[in-house]
Amino acid sequence: MELVSPGLGLIFWMTLSFAIVLFLLSKYAWPLILNSLKERETEIANSLEAARQARKDIQNLQAHNEDLLKEARNEREELLREARQLKDDLILKAKSQAEIEAKQIVENAKALIEQEKTVALSQLKNQVADLSIEIAERLLKSELSADKKQKELVEKLIGEAKHQLN
Amino acid sequence: MIIRSARLFFFAFLFFIASSISAQHSNGEEENTSATNTTTAHNEKFNAGKMIMDHIIDSYEWHILTYGEKHLSIPLPILILHERKLVSFMSSAFQHGHSPVFFDHSFDRILPENLNSTENIAFGLAIMHEGKHKSKIAYIKADDYLLHHTIVENTEVGMPYDFSITKNVVSLWVGLLIILWLFFCVARTYKTRQGMAPKGIQSALEPFIVFIRDDIAKSSIGEHKHEKYLPFLLTIFFFIFINNIVGLVPFFPGGANLTGNIAVTMVLALFTFFITLINSNKNYWKHIFNTPGVPWWLKFPLPLMPIVEVLGVFTKPFVLMVRLFANITAGHIVTLGFISLIFIFGNINVGLGYGVSVISVAFAIFLAFLELLVALIQAYVFTLLSALYFGMATEEHHE
Repeated sequence: MELVSPGLGLIFWMTLSFAIVLFLLSKYAWPLILNSLKERETEIANSLEAARQARKDIQNLQAHNEDLLKEARNEREELLREARQLKDDLILKAKSQAEIEAKQIVENAKALIEQEKTVALSQLKNQVADLSIEIAERLLKSELSADKKQKELVEKLIGEAKHQLN
Repeated sequence: MIIRSARLFFFAFLFFIASSISAQHSNGEEENTSATNTTTAHNEKFNAGKMIMDHIIDSYEWHILTYGEKHLSIPLPILILHERKLVSFMSSAFQHGHSPVFFDHSFDRILPENLNSTENIAFGLAIMHEGKHKSKIAYIKADDYLLHHTIVENTEVGMPYDFSITKNVVSLWVGLLIILWLFFCVARTYKTRQGMAPKGIQSALEPFIVFIRDDIAKSSIGEHKHEKYLPFLLTIFFFIFINNIVGLVPFFPGGANLTGNIAVTMVLALFTFFITLINSNKNYWKHIFNTPGVPWWLKFPLPLMPIVEVLGVFTKPFVLMVRLFANITAGHIVTLGFISLIFIFGNINVGLGYGVSVISVAFAIFLAFLELLVALIQAYVFTLLSALYFGMATEEHHE
């Protein structure tokens, strides 16, 4: 029975003390704690949102960078290809030009040789003719003096001519 | 800071103990000269029921231990309002409840050696050992007690207005001081560490605070209205939780069965009750007197539903009161019961007592863990139900 009969004194002290503590905590402790908690929570939420936004921005930036890089790579390849093409063309052109020129030179040389040859031949022919005339002249002169002597002379002249020709 | 104040508290506590021991010593001398015949506890046979009762009910002194025939206990002040005048004395005057105290017409205490005649006695007080007012202070008839040597219980002539600082009141103040110190510390940490991660006690208590705010207050009362009730809900949660824990500590200043005392749980329940009533809106009363969605014949000739609902208004806080009281008291009784087994068997045979102690201690440890859980659950349930009642009282009408 004493267990379930509330004592007057305890009720009084409990009501008084609990009310005072409730008042003190409600005035000085709970508002501070709850406000700080709320502030920190909003701050964390904001920070998370900011972080998410930053991540998104970085992703966008990365994608942009990649695009730029790809473009640059393509451009470089294009340039290289063009340069290679140009080089090949140049070499090809130079080769054909050289061939043509070489042919020209060879032909000119051939023409010159031919010309020189004809000149030399005609000179030889003239010389032979001159020699023949001379021989004929001397023959004619010696024939007139003696037969024997003439023959010797002719042979001597022919020998000279041969020597000269050689 | 925490360590320094804890040390301070410890020294204050030691001082308190030391002073009480010296007080006991002088009481011992007084006992020798006392005219009343006191029975010593030494020859009494161990009585488990009495021991358990003595532990769980309120008392006018704080008994710490008994060795041999010496009782080591802290006397507490007795405050009696007699004929609109406050009479105060230390509970050691009762000689551990064995002898009554008498007062003269100027409300001064008559020392035992001056008790020569009954003429100058205005009134007498004694702690009852039996009957309806067991372990409470009652007025006694001085003539019957002193002249006819009847036991105090037979001379009882009524109950005084007793505002004594009992064991539970001291325990209550210890608990409240712990709560105040704890939350002022935490509040200061929140102030100094604004916007930083929690630290120390703050991080230990923050989950509880956030849980009460989000899962009890916000979900029961609503997003907008819960803030008004949050201080009360947090205070009762931590009051019940911390006092439950303090009640589980087996030595001074713990061990008082505070949250298992019907007066304490009654006051808590009344706080919830009055806050509910003060904040109740029109919709709440409409639900009580004209419950919607109920057939008319339950309301009209015989107002069955309104009667049930009005009863409900009172049973809700009543149930809160009884639930906390019963849970905590039951826990204390069962734990003490297991400990009593040691002494019951020890009385039969000392060896048997030692043997049983192993099992008893094992069970008591198991129960201590269970009680830790109950301490939290009961604090949670009381807070949750209070929040639900506030939620019901402030719910807006919606079609």
